[in-house]
Amino acid sequence: MGFIQDNLQMFLQGTLETLYMTAMSTILAYVFGLPLGILVTITRKDGLWPHVKLNAALEWIVNIGRSIPFLILMIALIPFTRFVVGKGYGPNAAIVSLVIGAIPFVARLVESSLAEIDHGVIEATQTMGASNWELITKVYLPESLPSLVRGFSMTTITLISYSAMGGAVGAGGLGDIAIRYGYHRYEYDVMIVTIVLLVLIVQIIQCGFNVIAKKIDKRMIKQ
Amino acid sequence: MIRIEHLSKIFQSGAEVAALKDISLHVHAGEIYGIIGMSGAGKSTLLRCISLLEQPTSGSIILDGHDMNTIRGKELQQLRKQIGVIFQGYNLLMQKTIRKNVAFPLELSKMPKADINKRVDELLEIVGLSDKAEFYPSQLSGGQRQRVAIARALANNPKVLLCDEPTSALDPLTTRSILDLLVDINKKLGVTIIVITHELGVVRNICQKVAVIDSGTIVEQGLTADVMGNPQHEITKLLISTAGGR
Repeated sequence: MGFIQDNLQMFLQGTLETLYMTAMSTILAYVFGLPLGILVTITRKDGLWPHVKLNAALEWIVNIGRSIPFLILMIALIPFTRFVVGKGYGPNAAIVSLVIGAIPFVARLVESSLAEIDHGVIEATQTMGASNWELITKVYLPESLPSLVRGFSMTTITLISYSAMGGAVGAGGLGDIAIRYGYHRYEYDVMIVTIVLLVLIVQIIQCGFNVIAKKIDKRMIKQ
Repeated sequence: MIRIEHLSKIFQSGAEVAALKDISLHVHAGEIYGIIGMSGAGKSTLLRCISLLEQPTSGSIILDGHDMNTIRGKELQQLRKQIGVIFQGYNLLMQKTIRKNVAFPLELSKMPKADINKRVDELLEIVGLSDKAEFYPSQLSGGQRQRVAIARALANNPKVLLCDEPTSALDPLTTRSILDLLVDINKKLGVTIIVITHELGVVRNICQKVAVIDSGTIVEQGLTADVMGNPQHEITKLLISTAGGR
């Protein structure tokens, strides 16, 4: 196992960078994407706070964001990234474009989670005299929590693969290692290790979130 | 208690559809009042207007002297607490326990926590589900879920309980027990009850008065015994003949 030992430091650093990029960008993507998804939902014609023009504008932003391939978005954002974090490469630079790329994705996932809630439950709460804020915080979000957790898991996994793509522009992380060694230097053994590591990370995250989503979902329990 | 005067509702989705036309109805305090009609007659629209989920196009609904359609914002939220609503589909929060479901309108009213717990225990006692407080809705039967919905609707001591097809998803035996519970609540708590239904049995069993609605207008109203004993309108006759012995 001399090969692994020689490169242990590199794999460890790559793994940590990937985890760091994924965690930070997922959290930040939700900071912006969750309110955006809620806003898109409530401003619809039949929503809690109908604003057709605002809704059309938000839909447009989300659709544009969803249609730009991530690799291209990342390259296009380099000047902006340089402005925000001071340089166009490295994990922090990658986080900027990962967040921007993921916000529309998160908004759509949040929107579809909220759409799962029966409209009757919303109306029943309205008849109790709840305000829109109470409807969002006490009905929409808690009732769709299991679905939101599944979406969060999907976002995390998507961002792992996006962060690996970031390797193409020197983002650091496992993707960077795979591209530098596997693609440019034909060191397939290094590439295979990164693939195994990526697969392991994804599996662990997916299983973990699935267990959580199942545990908190009270719709399926039986006596 | 509730006076509905010349209420009309027109939906504008492409063509104009008049869902309700010049409805006038008086429900006195303490009554159980039935509103019966076929599907699409306008029953649900009427209920949605009374429960303030829908804004009438013209006419007024006066609850205890307050015209409900001129009130907005905070006052509207207060007025809504005077009306409890239960639905055919129960509409419970699926991720919360029975206790939390019944406590929900009290939390919205900013009642202190200790008082909420006491009130929830009382309410669950009324509907006979004291032993199910820590269960989730998915663990209960349809009839039990409707009992939870009734407890929840009664939480803020409403003056009126609006029931939208409360038993239409239930079997005859469970229907019976829910109707008994409604009568019980009406007698013990003095809550005025308005039941919207297509089931004649419901009206016959618990309503002192009834209004028959067809194509958005009230075609007949009065004491249940009079209307059922001597039906004047075709629709009333049809409802009676198709209901059989129930």
